[in-house]
Amino acid sequence: MAIDTADERALGATHSPLGLAFRRLLRKRIAVLALIFIAIFYFCGLFAPLVAPHSYTDQNLDSVFQGPSLTHPLGTDSLGRDVLSRVIWASRTTVIVTLATLVTGGLVLSVSLGLLAGYMGGKVDTVIMRVGDVFFALPGLPMLILINATLKPRVADQAWIKTLQDWLRVDGLADYILIFGALSLFAWVGGARVIRSQILALRETEYVEAARAMGASTWRIIFRHLLPNVSNIIIVSLSAGLGAIAGTEIALTWFGVGIHPPTPSFGAMLFEGGSIRTLQVHPQLLLVPAAVVAALIFAFNLLGDALTDVLTPRAR
Amino acid sequence: MQGILPYILRRLLWVPLILFAVSFVAFTIARFGPGDPISVAMGQYRNPDVLERVRHEKGLDKPLLDQYRIYVWNVLHGDLGDSYRFGGRPVSDIIFPKMWVSARLGLVALIITFGLGIPIGILAALKQGSWMDPATIGTLLFFRSVPVLVSVPVMLLVFTLKLHWFPAAGWGGIFDKHIVIPALAISLPGIAGVARLMRATTLDALKEDYVRTARAKGLPEFAVVSRHVARNALLPMTTVIGISLVTVLEGAFFAELLMGIPGIGREAFDSVTSRDYDVILGLTLVLATAFILANIVIDIAYTFIDPRVRLQGGAAS
Repeated sequence: MAIDTADERALGATHSPLGLAFRRLLRKRIAVLALIFIAIFYFCGLFAPLVAPHSYTDQNLDSVFQGPSLTHPLGTDSLGRDVLSRVIWASRTTVIVTLATLVTGGLVLSVSLGLLAGYMGGKVDTVIMRVGDVFFALPGLPMLILINATLKPRVADQAWIKTLQDWLRVDGLADYILIFGALSLFAWVGGARVIRSQILALRETEYVEAARAMGASTWRIIFRHLLPNVSNIIIVSLSAGLGAIAGTEIALTWFGVGIHPPTPSFGAMLFEGGSIRTLQVHPQLLLVPAAVVAALIFAFNLLGDALTDVLTPRAR
Repeated sequence: MQGILPYILRRLLWVPLILFAVSFVAFTIARFGPGDPISVAMGQYRNPDVLERVRHEKGLDKPLLDQYRIYVWNVLHGDLGDSYRFGGRPVSDIIFPKMWVSARLGLVALIITFGLGIPIGILAALKQGSWMDPATIGTLLFFRSVPVLVSVPVMLLVFTLKLHWFPAAGWGGIFDKHIVIPALAISLPGIAGVARLMRATTLDALKEDYVRTARAKGLPEFAVVSRHVARNALLPMTTVIGISLVTVLEGAFFAELLMGIPGIGREAFDSVTSRDYDVILGLTLVLATAFILANIVIDIAYTFIDPRVRLQGGAAS
């Protein structure tokens, strides 16, 4: 690493710390491979209507359970739907859920609550952290299943959801909102705890004291002095959670309480392909989504590890 | 270590409060959805009069807060309520036998996790610099990335359908062929975490002066590693027990459903789908209690192992 830092200094001191970290990340071959895979996955997901060769609902009962061919590169499923197209559309579901959870639970909730608890201290701190304790103590998976199983009809009946759904042209918007809402509810605790503990230490540093002495407002101290100093930790804790978020959506859909058909999801594909009868005759229906899911979560984990190495100086 | 008793007391005082909040959250969520256990049990062709009568008998037509008050009162008297599905059998009779199944499955999985993770971590540390170190850790990291709902069907495909080694489903205790696939599938994701921490702590221990002394006095390398390095590197492993426990519990959910094992994973799923309120709440309370207590025990154990760790809010400072 010594050569790296010398290189960076030679290349110019104008780079921001995050820019430097990014350059260091690009030197790790495995991290770059993971980034490329994730980029392709997100591209396919975001532009599924353009990328997918067929629609995910197109059925052809004359050609069910087909093996790989030119028209269907990954074969067809029990209803004659193109498996490749369904994988691409399923990645769209994963993309939407991970991004939405990342923003709500990862960024908004955990960062703001962690900052507040750490900087304000006292009663605010106690209330936030105790609420966190409760969510931490609730058994996660059963609670998520419970929330999604019981609240779905209530949410889907709301008038504004229907309006928003027509406007966004996303099928089953209520499913998405419930999934990422419920995930966010549990996802913020870990990040908020880490950020709070950092802020507790930073709050006592000289430069924050100096800023306070010069009459800087609380907002200015939080956004100009504290936030930039915890941004590394925020990125690390966000990237560490991505694999878990993607995995939980797939698990919930697998249980039948997540994204509902006909909207494709890896959870549903794994459920259909995982039954012992299908496994016996058409194992490819399990292996295709299984390989994509494992590769995606693997890539998330590798990227998370590389980011931890690059961004937390003590670990290097 | 004089500050430890007040600390334990303070942590234990929080337990009932957290459990109270947990039960309230679970109670509200469970009753918020449409349908109740009676209407689910009576199915599509139900008699509205009978529905109302049974609801009244079970107290389901009372206001929500009254229902919750009655529930808490009963729990405080050691009564977790009755199931709506199994002919009104008490919840404790249903939960605890199934928990015993899940606990044994989880224990076997934990033993595999640590039994494989610790030696692999030591080996990786000893082979630092060769290709074996990144290769083993990378492989384990891949296993961590495969969800249980993927690994179980894949293992079924290979070990049951192709090789005919293990049965496809069922449960016959811990000394039975049935346990191999679920226990392996549940333990695989956790091995990576254990092995990596073990690798890191072993690397730290290898640099210590006492290791150089041991080598200098002519101890064989095996004795140096087993007596001096491994023993000191093992201490911080207590911190990952908690995380491993959660990984195993969540994995058991999927393995139990896929392999037809009569544990709490299966029970939780069935009780949620049939709105069996008291079973849902009982499971939540028991799981939350176990989880909170396990965390407290691990925190305390950690301070005994490493006296440098100061307990937050303790009198040690």
